[in-house]
Amino acid sequence: MAAPDALRATFFEECEDLLSRLSEGLDQMAKTGTTPDIETLHAVFRAVHSIKGGAAAFGLTALVEFAHVFETVLDLMRAGALPLSAPAVQTMVRASDVLSDLVAAAQDGGSDPPQMAALFLELDLLAEQGPSADETEDTFDFQPLPILIPESDAIDTPAPPAEAAFVITLAPLAELYAHGHEPGALLRALARLGRAELTADIDAIPPLADLVLSRPHLRWRMRLSTAVPREDIDSVFDFVGEDAEVSVTCLPAELPTLAEKQPRPPQLAPALPLRPVPDLGGTVASLPMSTTIRVDLDRVDRLINQIGELVILEAVLAQAVSNAGLRDDSDLATSLAGIRQLAASIQESVLSIRAQPLKPVFQRMQRIAREACDATGKQVRLVMIGDTTEVDKTVIERLADPLTHMIRNSVDHGIEPPAQRAALGKPPTGVITLSAAHRSGRVIIELSDDGGGIDRARVRAIAETRGLVTPEAVMTPADIDNLLFLPGFSSKEEASALSGRGVGLDVVRREIQSLGGRVTLQSSPCQGTTFTIALPLTLAVLDGMLISVGRETMVLPLSAIVETIRPSSAQIHLLGQTGRLVANRGELVPIIDLAECFGFAPIDDMDRSVLIMVESDSGRRAALAATSIHDQRQVVIKSLEQNYGTVHGIAAATILGDGRIALIIDPEEILRTTAVDPPAPFPSAPRLSAHG
Amino acid sequence: MRQMMLQNTADQNDVVALRIGDQDYCIDIDVVREIRGWSPTTVLPHAPAHVTGVINLRGAVVAVVDLAARLGLGKTTATPRHVIVIVAFGAQTVGLLADVVSDILGVDDAAMQPVPDLAADGMRAFITNVIPLEDGRMLRKLDLSKVLPNRSAEGA
Amino acid sequence: MTIRILAIDDSPTMRGLVAAALEPAGFAVHLAEDGVDGLASLPAADPHLVITDINMPRLDGFGVIKAVRASDSHGSIPILVLTTESGQDLKHRARSAGATGWIVKPFDENRLIDTINRVLGL
Repeated sequence: MAAPDALRATFFEECEDLLSRLSEGLDQMAKTGTTPDIETLHAVFRAVHSIKGGAAAFGLTALVEFAHVFETVLDLMRAGALPLSAPAVQTMVRASDVLSDLVAAAQDGGSDPPQMAALFLELDLLAEQGPSADETEDTFDFQPLPILIPESDAIDTPAPPAEAAFVITLAPLAELYAHGHEPGALLRALARLGRAELTADIDAIPPLADLVLSRPHLRWRMRLSTAVPREDIDSVFDFVGEDAEVSVTCLPAELPTLAEKQPRPPQLAPALPLRPVPDLGGTVASLPMSTTIRVDLDRVDRLINQIGELVILEAVLAQAVSNAGLRDDSDLATSLAGIRQLAASIQESVLSIRAQPLKPVFQRMQRIAREACDATGKQVRLVMIGDTTEVDKTVIERLADPLTHMIRNSVDHGIEPPAQRAALGKPPTGVITLSAAHRSGRVIIELSDDGGGIDRARVRAIAETRGLVTPEAVMTPADIDNLLFLPGFSSKEEASALSGRGVGLDVVRREIQSLGGRVTLQSSPCQGTTFTIALPLTLAVLDGMLISVGRETMVLPLSAIVETIRPSSAQIHLLGQTGRLVANRGELVPIIDLAECFGFAPIDDMDRSVLIMVESDSGRRAALAATSIHDQRQVVIKSLEQNYGTVHGIAAATILGDGRIALIIDPEEILRTTAVDPPAPFPSAPRLSAHG
Repeated sequence: MRQMMLQNTADQNDVVALRIGDQDYCIDIDVVREIRGWSPTTVLPHAPAHVTGVINLRGAVVAVVDLAARLGLGKTTATPRHVIVIVAFGAQTVGLLADVVSDILGVDDAAMQPVPDLAADGMRAFITNVIPLEDGRMLRKLDLSKVLPNRSAEGA
Repeated sequence: MTIRILAIDDSPTMRGLVAAALEPAGFAVHLAEDGVDGLASLPAADPHLVITDINMPRLDGFGVIKAVRASDSHGSIPILVLTTESGQDLKHRARSAGATGWIVKPFDENRLIDTINRVLGL
């Protein structure tokens, strides 16, 4: 066939890819030695096979022939008929070089590689070590076609000089329908060869009571007068094989055409073909060797940064357009909107490059759980759900530590010892379920155990001894549960054989928070405890609310905001000298002046400010006072630490439409340090040189 | 790189000379990434007085250090006529606010002199060498490790 | 009516050749890169006929045939196997999987079109 020239280029590009897969696979085989990974073998076979297929289309004979011999060897290996030895792999490596040279020769018009003849021989010798070709050949062929050949018709008759008459009968079996054939299609194809008279034979249709729906009962009989050779009639049934009973009879020329049987018109539609029971046992191979490419993470991050830049520049442009007083429906504004959409979708695509399944980190937890069981003498089964859930790579890496702590904690403190479980009527082996799922733009990871739940009386007692709460404090069960997250709750004395680590759940919470996530827990006595981690899908963008704090524009993460209120002075109550509370929904909530918190001039007129109600992971609420609030938007997160350091109460930075930087507030940290103690010294402000 | 555009002899270094107030300072040209005009900074809460804030350097957040304030010469009231010299020091990128970039010149190792003991105590900490120039001026070579904000703030 | 054909082959060259042969003949050709891709595009392509390669990563041609046969919407459409291998064993396996017919590569354009027309009764 004449393959278009444009496809030649496609073919050689494909060859390049296939040759590299081939050498990759052979490398792999050289390493794994005599026990080849079947997938590698399949992939290597496919590479050679595809080169052969393409080469044939372009009439590249030498390439086809060589690839064919190569493929034969690989096919035998694939079938297990030829052992994979080190010398065999060596031969194939050299054969792949020849193949590569042949491709190059075909492309550039060079001559055949000199080693070709030698490798032909070597491959042939290899192939001969397998079973002979005859043995592998299946006996199935076209010959079972029940074609009746009258004596008068020689086997290889050339086209009859004049028109001949044939009687063709077609009796479909169920397989004919199952294989996607349509008797109508076959009959139409026959009819096109000449003049046809068709009759449907309904004799075989049984009475309704005996009707078997899965078996077709309708037959056809066609009388065809045609000038085409017999082979053309046979070829209509090429694919039919044993799926139908077919007969083709050549009538003696002089026989009258009316001599046919009962001319009953077709009365019934063919019996409904029932499809065979699906058997999805097709060879489902695992992932191919290299349809993925490895890319340095730095390059991806650079791309993410550049896209972030593009998004920002677009915002700058939009602002300029708006400042210029152009209408929203002007050409410029419309094009700009298009760019905005495109940039947003590119950003999404690029961010998805960083997304990876949680599987590796989840799998690591199996071992952690096993070790924890060994150390504590408990029996635990770790069940994992949703480990294909994808999360930003950085998030995954930083999840390992907190998850490890939590698994250990669950085995150590959640699951009861086997004897105790037995006494409670529970199975001796405890179950810890680690699950992950995407929910409303976040990743939710749950770790639940079927242990005894939190012993709140004991937790409270420990917290009191450690001076974390006063004996008088009124606490809800949830308040008590949250004590577990307090720094200083877990301590060395409390540590068991396993928990010699001296790390508490406070570290877990801090880690999760540093990823922009939250961790909460729920516990019920005797039934167990569930920790829920909610994480952002990416560390690159964040939904935030733009607010003014004094003269600065800042961003408050939307995830922390409960509501915003414009208070009346009647709602605000003084507490002590500087403390202020706002009455909201029957609750008195402390007000934190963000300006004061960040060392700007404090707000003096609180009822002209906006209060933003935020809630921490532990359920503590506060009202953050800001000068004003603007709009909500998605912002690109920029590290402040990279070139500067951490700033108290600030999570990161972003770049606004005017190109200026806005800081992203960390409400969690502000609540943690402000609501309990006065904000005075901030321990994490950047330290300067020893001298400064 | 196969070809070196600028072949330094072993005993000569190129430096960027900066004027701060009425004094001349210099830094190695190797650390200088870019010199740009001043642009408004975003104030950093709790930052020391000599950190004027952060700017957007092609998508990166870069802190700007007011060299005059850092060296104890008084806080600069920055205007668009001031310059920010972007330096990369280690993994950190920082902007240095100066009045003007006066020159780029080659300095012989031999011309580098130790800082005299008598130099003002506060200043001495930030300078590695002094370099007398032929025109009578004196360059003070800045020790960036002392001038720049310390990043390892957390966990301190 | 335009006849829609879903062609599944992991070789870009083969996909190109199939499209180059069929599109000028008035067929609407939907191309898929492997078995999984092919099955995924089945609802959208809504083909009257499927042409599939056998040796493909992820899901081979036999798997494609079985899965298409098992589908409610396209269970009875013709499926042609396009393969370089002319071994009887292969044809036998293709047929047991539910293939309608086969075309041996390298294929002749006219032959391909004829075959398609024939199994579709066009």
